[in-house]
Amino acid sequence: MNDETNDGRMSIIVRTIATMLLPFVLIFSFYVIMHGHLTPGGGFQGGAIAASAIVMMIAAYGHKMMGKRVSEDGLSMAESIGAAIFAIVAFIGVIMAASFMYNFLVGTPLFGETPPFGGNPGILNSGGILPILNIAVGMKVIGGLAAVVMIMALAGDERGDEK
Amino acid sequence: MIYNEAIPAILIGLPLLAAFITPIINLASKKARNAFVIAILAIEELLIILLAWHVFTNGIVIYTMGAKNPSIVPLQAAVPVRIVLEIDGMAAFMGLISCTVAMAAGIYSIAFIKEGNGKARYYTLLLIMLAGMLGMVFTGDLFNLFVFLEILSIASCGLIAYRQHADAVEGAFKYLVVSNIAALFVLFAIALFYAQYDLLNIAAIANAMQYTQLDKIALALLVAAFAMKCGAVPMHFWAPDSYSTAPAAITAMLVAASQASLYALFRVCFTLYGSLMNYHMIGIAIIIFGLLSMFIGVTMALPQKDIKRLMAYHAISQTGYMLLGVGVGLYLLGSSDFNVYGIKAMEGGIFHIINHAMYKGLLFLTAGAIYYRLGTRNLNEMGGLGHTMKFTSIYFIIGALAIAGIPPFNGFASKLLIYEACYKVSPILSIVAMLVSVLTLASFIKVFHSAFMGPKMHDVKEAPKSMLAGMAVLTFVIIFFGLFPGWVVSHIVHPAAMALVEKMAYINAVMGG
Repeated sequence: MNDETNDGRMSIIVRTIATMLLPFVLIFSFYVIMHGHLTPGGGFQGGAIAASAIVMMIAAYGHKMMGKRVSEDGLSMAESIGAAIFAIVAFIGVIMAASFMYNFLVGTPLFGETPPFGGNPGILNSGGILPILNIAVGMKVIGGLAAVVMIMALAGDERGDEK
Repeated sequence: MIYNEAIPAILIGLPLLAAFITPIINLASKKARNAFVIAILAIEELLIILLAWHVFTNGIVIYTMGAKNPSIVPLQAAVPVRIVLEIDGMAAFMGLISCTVAMAAGIYSIAFIKEGNGKARYYTLLLIMLAGMLGMVFTGDLFNLFVFLEILSIASCGLIAYRQHADAVEGAFKYLVVSNIAALFVLFAIALFYAQYDLLNIAAIANAMQYTQLDKIALALLVAAFAMKCGAVPMHFWAPDSYSTAPAAITAMLVAASQASLYALFRVCFTLYGSLMNYHMIGIAIIIFGLLSMFIGVTMALPQKDIKRLMAYHAISQTGYMLLGVGVGLYLLGSSDFNVYGIKAMEGGIFHIINHAMYKGLLFLTAGAIYYRLGTRNLNEMGGLGHTMKFTSIYFIIGALAIAGIPPFNGFASKLLIYEACYKVSPILSIVAMLVSVLTLASFIKVFHSAFMGPKMHDVKEAPKSMLAGMAVLTFVIIFFGLFPGWVVSHIVHPAAMALVEKMAYINAVMGG
């Protein structure tokens, strides 16, 4: 499969199935991130699922092809922006004269609902700053893990050496 | 003084935020990025001075993360909910060290680290390292301490391997292994506490401490882990490799990072256990760690030919002085002699922490300046550098005299306190300490002679301005502390030592009462 003639690509069956699965994996990743405050999982787990989608595409299409499609700089940037959002959200609490990481969204229309006491199916529009922090962590993990995988896949190539 | 209750959180949060903004600014302009990093480090230094001043005059500062009013700890059935930052004199003292060294290292790095080799990532990791150190010393939560220990270790590892030579990667790998083993010890000890008391807050655990068999196991694990991380003999083997292969600015930061582990060791011994444990035994154990580190460190340093490796062994040896001073304090804890000379020994040990961070940081930076111009760390290939690198050689002389304990530099002040106080416990301790000082001086005379003296052998220029400025920051502190040791001891060091001893004040600040 993995010889020089086909650039490290796998067979057409694997490539087709991987392409078909990709949107589902990404939707599942988004689901895990967005329901981080309600169900098991969260930003890290959802981000790892999305990064595993990139691993799947590298396995199916070969690292050269993926190296052209996905840029490491873009991934690093997503990582930095995710982490910066996390810190900025934490700092807004300080600016509002409460404290670092103060949950300032409680009671506002955005994620501000208070869930009723007792069993309930989970209210997505709750949790205050937690969903936002989950999204930030998700961005960071997608960027970070995918960049690590890309660098490992490209290691040895001339592009992999410099970074 | 302008003081805001949010300063503790800003001190930890700002470098984290800046770390991830740095790569974004880097896209726009390299100069803007340098200015940004230096500005952040300067703000940190300013904030820590404000915070330390506040703590030294008004006592312990509490900051509860995420609470409506951060200065009140929400207690539910004697369990403090949320993560609490608790800054007492000792924590503020360690914060001062971290911020000062980070500022010097940041200024020094502008010229020292060449462009085009992932420099943005270098600054990102440098800022994360600072956040890790500050978090470690400020936190009042044991699990939070573990998290910051990991942040610090991982950022340090990336920076040690920054040059990507085979030996740098080896140094980073050793550091990674040691850090992970130490971190697992700490995690296991935290699990033992959590299983028994359902608590993670340091003050709350200290309040509930029963000193059971499991607590003894936890104490052994914590002491071993933090002694390993601070490079005490016999767990010192990682230090020469990691210190000598890291970029010089990072080595200075690593010295401060090791001392954050030393802080954690003292915090565990004094605050978490304090008079409950057999402090005689633990005190003797720490004194033995200290004596071994002092003597083996300096004897290993004497035959070294690699300038940074030599300095790394001296770092181990100097850590021994701190362990000796504070160990003597711990040994005498609770006895009537404590107030007479036990506290003096502790002041000596704690004063030595800040002195060591300053002069050893300076020495590593001068070694880095030589490496920058000459491209070698081998003493045999140096010589006659004093002809052209005048400022570097002056900085080196100041650092070398300070580390050897020659007046009027700061090393003399702290060593004198240690000699005098230890003499009362056992004259042997003072004799070993003085002997080690003499050997230290001999070793640095050797370095000075082979690097700076002699005929002009190399056509080199003086180090770049930013590197000289970085070294000047540390030199200023060394000379200031050397000229006014009395003021420093009574205003900065004494509150830090008392913060360790007064266990109940630390507990009551969180638990009330």
